[in-house]
Amino acid sequence: MSLNEKRLCVDVLVLGGGPAGAWSAWSAASQGATVLLADKGYLGTSGATAPGGTTLLVIPPVARLREEAVQQRLRAGGYLSENAWIHRVLDQVEQNLEQIEQWGYPFPKDQDGTPLRTHLQGPEYMALMRKVVRKAGVKIWDQSPALELIHDEHGVAGARGIDRLSGKEWLVQANAVIVATGGCAFLSKGLGCNVLTGEGLLMSSEIGAELSGMEFSRQYAPSFADGTVTRGRMLAWSTLYDAEDQPLLQGERTFSSIPELLMKGPVYAKMDLANTAHKREFLRRAHPIFFMPLERAGIDPFEQKFPLTLRYEGTMRGTGGLRLMNKECSTTVPGLYAAGDAASREKVTGAISGGGAYNASWAMCSGTWAGAGAAKYALAQSSRADQRKPTAAGQYGLPAGVESTDTLEIRPLISSIQAEILPLHINYFRSISVLSSALERLHALVPYLKATPPSTVQGKVQTREAAAMLMVGRWMYTAALARKESRGLQQLADYPEMDPYQTHRLLVSGIEKINIRTESVPHAHELSLLREERAI
Amino acid sequence: MIEILSRSRCIECNQCVNVCPTNVFDRNVDGVPSLARQSDCQTCFMCELYCPVDAIYVDPDPEKLTGVTELHVQQLGLLGGYREKVGWGKGREPVASHDFMYQLSLKTIF
Repeated sequence: MSLNEKRLCVDVLVLGGGPAGAWSAWSAASQGATVLLADKGYLGTSGATAPGGTTLLVIPPVARLREEAVQQRLRAGGYLSENAWIHRVLDQVEQNLEQIEQWGYPFPKDQDGTPLRTHLQGPEYMALMRKVVRKAGVKIWDQSPALELIHDEHGVAGARGIDRLSGKEWLVQANAVIVATGGCAFLSKGLGCNVLTGEGLLMSSEIGAELSGMEFSRQYAPSFADGTVTRGRMLAWSTLYDAEDQPLLQGERTFSSIPELLMKGPVYAKMDLANTAHKREFLRRAHPIFFMPLERAGIDPFEQKFPLTLRYEGTMRGTGGLRLMNKECSTTVPGLYAAGDAASREKVTGAISGGGAYNASWAMCSGTWAGAGAAKYALAQSSRADQRKPTAAGQYGLPAGVESTDTLEIRPLISSIQAEILPLHINYFRSISVLSSALERLHALVPYLKATPPSTVQGKVQTREAAAMLMVGRWMYTAALARKESRGLQQLADYPEMDPYQTHRLLVSGIEKINIRTESVPHAHELSLLREERAI
Repeated sequence: MIEILSRSRCIECNQCVNVCPTNVFDRNVDGVPSLARQSDCQTCFMCELYCPVDAIYVDPDPEKLTGVTELHVQQLGLLGGYREKVGWGKGREPVASHDFMYQLSLKTIF
């Protein structure tokens, strides 16, 4: 331990300062635990939610309505979701939204004065969460990315990281750690998503945690090509055009054909379906963040075409992440919990994207549950974490994994990873042959992590980010090649149909050598029943 | 990508250094932070939102610098334009308290 190190011992350490991390920290502190939240950026601006906003999954507590929603999700998600978990989320999110209102979030009200708790504006929501988390007694370390977990034979024991502003390394000992570091979006520059590079998944995997659902990672979001805002719902008012001004498509709400169109050539949008001043004014005021980039680029989107691109959303709007073992959101490692997009969301979304309402509600709920679970676990331990003698577990892209004095060149490594992950022709139009060769090339990049990382603070952090993205990519493609069918977000050209015999989850673990196995799901038999009925 | 940090407007509070999710800024002894790692900017506009004196301008293009000048964006009324639109800052009504998003969700079912 060097003099230049910050050190702390708490009951619960939360990694990540998006909604899931904030709820985790608040929940653990509310149970009486001492809590530290460390975020790579800043609790309030970090992650996918802060710069945008989220719609919540709110269904009135009417049994029939809820059951319909759950059944609909079960079918849409390829029978991989769990009805009991969706009901749990629907119940919990109502309580959390009420809580947010009590904390002072200015929900609009309808004519009768009933609050409309269906949507949260990111900046407002996350600034409030910062205030609330602080007030609950949580210590917040901003600009403090974790680099690796520490552990002993009893499980996780804390984490090590670095303060990006001072350059000081830190060590936090804790009997429970909650990974709320978000998904992995591979630096594809979707709004607020470049902090989501998968380190939480890598760190957890290095101490033996399993991942689930990594094959459901084929989600891209439409965005103004010269901007980052990926809120695509505005395109419902658009006509899409090709370079010759020929209309391609109008008012489509799912935008599912944009990948095909983009493979043929550039695609432009014009919001010409909003054809009255009233409609335009309404849309501008409803969604200022969508219009701001266009306005700044000097484009009137109602009158002028603007180029579209698709930004890859990785496991963020995919559904894969750390496998959860129980209602308290613990992982396969004792003391290690996961919340939000770092956790697999298959229990509530099945094989399809939880984009929008499901993921936002999931972040709140899983955070609440993981926080309570972690606090309970930590407080039940007989001794404080600083009585333990843990070792650091990190290898890839860290000094412990170095075998060569060559300097690791981060930018070329990241570009090589992105070249296999971002292109539509590899990751969206998936086929066995194309995915297999991309995976081979990703495997071949692993030895580069044995070079010496740069000694700058940025160099250390970015090397670890590159290592995490590489491993997440390998897990995704390994799982995608093992699921030889098409279900939800996983579509394989060689196997265009859903196969009832693959109504299970795929669990991956391991880094150098990736292991894969299946896990059964409670509603699988309902799919086979359905098919038998059809046969009769 | 962030293009402008106005030296004349900046009050050296270093809030942008603290809040930037991708660590673009460096604190400086002489006061005004520097854009030390401009190419790491993820174009999330959060520094603009948290700057109390509207000294920052983020261009929407995440890939390349446009070279836009402070005078130019000031003339177009873009400095502080984002904060104003989302009703962020003292005396403004936050967009969060409007029912626009609710109305929007009634019009588009996703």
